[in-house]
Amino acid sequence: MAKTLFEKVWDAHVVHEQAGRPSILYIDLHLVHEVTSPQAFGGLEERGLPVRRPDLTLATMDHSTPTRPGGLAVVGDAGRKQLEVLARRCAEHGIELYDLDSPYNGIVHVVAPEQGRTHPGMTVVCGDSHTSTHGAFGALAFGIGTSEVEMVLATQCLLQRRPEPFEVRFKGRLAEGVSAKDMVLALIAEIGVAGGTGHVLEYRGEAVRALSMAGRMTLCNMSIEAGARAGMVAPDDTTFEYLAGRPGAPSDYDGAVKRWRSLATDDGAVFSRSVTLDASAIAPRISWGTTPAMNVAIDESVPEPDSDSARRALEYMQVDPGRPLLGKAVDVVFIGSCTNSRLDDLRAAASVLDGRRVADGVQVLVVPGSRAVKRAAEAEGLHEVFQKAGAQWREPGCSMCLAMNGDRVPPGKLAVSTSNRNFEGRQGPGARTLLASPLTAAASAVNGFVSDARSFENLKKRAS
Amino acid sequence: MKPFLELNSRVVPLLRDDVDTDQIIPAKYLTVTDRSGLAEGLFESWRSDPESVLNHRGDAQILVAGDNFGCGSSREHAPWALLAGGYRCVIARSFADIFRNNALRNGLLPVALDDASYDRLLESLHQSPELEVCVDLFLCQVSFEGQLAKFEVDDFARECMLGGHDTIGYLLSKSDEIAAFETRGGAA
Repeated sequence: MAKTLFEKVWDAHVVHEQAGRPSILYIDLHLVHEVTSPQAFGGLEERGLPVRRPDLTLATMDHSTPTRPGGLAVVGDAGRKQLEVLARRCAEHGIELYDLDSPYNGIVHVVAPEQGRTHPGMTVVCGDSHTSTHGAFGALAFGIGTSEVEMVLATQCLLQRRPEPFEVRFKGRLAEGVSAKDMVLALIAEIGVAGGTGHVLEYRGEAVRALSMAGRMTLCNMSIEAGARAGMVAPDDTTFEYLAGRPGAPSDYDGAVKRWRSLATDDGAVFSRSVTLDASAIAPRISWGTTPAMNVAIDESVPEPDSDSARRALEYMQVDPGRPLLGKAVDVVFIGSCTNSRLDDLRAAASVLDGRRVADGVQVLVVPGSRAVKRAAEAEGLHEVFQKAGAQWREPGCSMCLAMNGDRVPPGKLAVSTSNRNFEGRQGPGARTLLASPLTAAASAVNGFVSDARSFENLKKRAS
Repeated sequence: MKPFLELNSRVVPLLRDDVDTDQIIPAKYLTVTDRSGLAEGLFESWRSDPESVLNHRGDAQILVAGDNFGCGSSREHAPWALLAGGYRCVIARSFADIFRNNALRNGLLPVALDDASYDRLLESLHQSPELEVCVDLFLCQVSFEGQLAKFEVDDFARECMLGGHDTIGYLLSKSDEIAAFETRGGAA
């Protein structure tokens, strides 16, 4: 029978099925960070259970880590305790940990792919909703709660009801100055924040094929903002070239590639839902409200409110309907997060900031996704571009995306952010967030108001 | 986890869609290594308004919200905080997937009502805000003022909640199957 990519990966991981019970699904890679794991390790200890497969578990520190130099010494007390607990638990159970001294440290969804740990056809979980990122490789990857983290630590398995496959097709090619971030924001505006509930999205079509792995990760990363369980892209030569030679790549690489090629959705496979977007018609997008679905094309007017939610969002955001956000003064620009902190993203931002200055009074943070990204960016001089422009070049971590580490947007201030959530107070109490691409963020940093990077001259075509 | 059979309670109407887990429990409360201090952070921002219905919970144990409750982050601190804050059930039009899973694993019952039943509940609440609602997990029904609304919940999760036991025991009982899967070379 013809199967979708999702169905192939799911079926290959079902350990046991029983009527009236969820499926038992085997997990190939379990990623762990400091925030959602301490109670799970505590639960194991109470039950006297070992970690079943420490060799399939990888931990990093990212959420409450400082982006100022100084490591553990400059973390707040609460955050430090959590980091110490993670280090102790990893040592106890023999789990590999990218701690703050590790050259591989960084955001969990950046480091696992760049170390070659995420492979096509794998099941990947983490106590983090943006685990959907890893679907860019053709893995089935999704976020879980702490009880489930405990389950996976103890059994390497999860109890899951099978979600339904949902085809998202982007036909045509993206225009210059438009990126994967704009694609996914356009999708969420189209299907809504609960449009993907109970489903696994498969991104298909010419515009998806043309994306780099960084772009595909951005796309899959925000699948959860459409309510989807996961997002996936079938692996192809772009995937195989990316993974080749990375530390975690399989030793029989040619054999692996041969297997991975068979993962693509078969002709005639049936999706339970399908939506098609014209990629060539997508403009840079920017959010105006307090859910990721509340977004428009950058030159489009903010819509008149048609619901209580929209009215509340406009009031919170202090945004006027009936005109575009272009020209609205911004206070903070954040370039980073598991959505947009990879080398391609930093290159895109640098292409705008190169030879220009950040507007007076605008605080600009550039936070690379990992130490490896930071090293690569510095090797090509991007840090100098940012610093000369007046932006702050920081240490890697989740940083201002969720404001757990002290990096936050001050109350009432307006930020253009390349992160994934514009919820009330997400970037700090009272913070107001406009979600956008690295190009839009950088252009807004230069002008000091919401700006369209396509109006900048000499823009290098480097967008991911 | 405490068994959940039946709950009779007044409700707190938080009639908003897309209530995200950052509202339920802000990130700054996530630095705990146990489950302490979460009641304090529950809906912190909205509760800063003294008029908020969330500040007049009284002894109500049921929260009523709109569409897509619990969207956003996977933090299990969200159901922990709701439980710590005295809630045992959330009635909504729909739930985000991860939140629903997390709630069920902790004995916080997510009840999604169809539109007609939900609208009837809101209408009754509008007439009598002090309305007592009965949520019966054994019969999978919500009743109020002589009206009855059925709801669906995953069979296995229901069984676990009724018995007050967590699901890890079931997984551990399948260790032989898991070992056999690994011996076969897993998915590769």
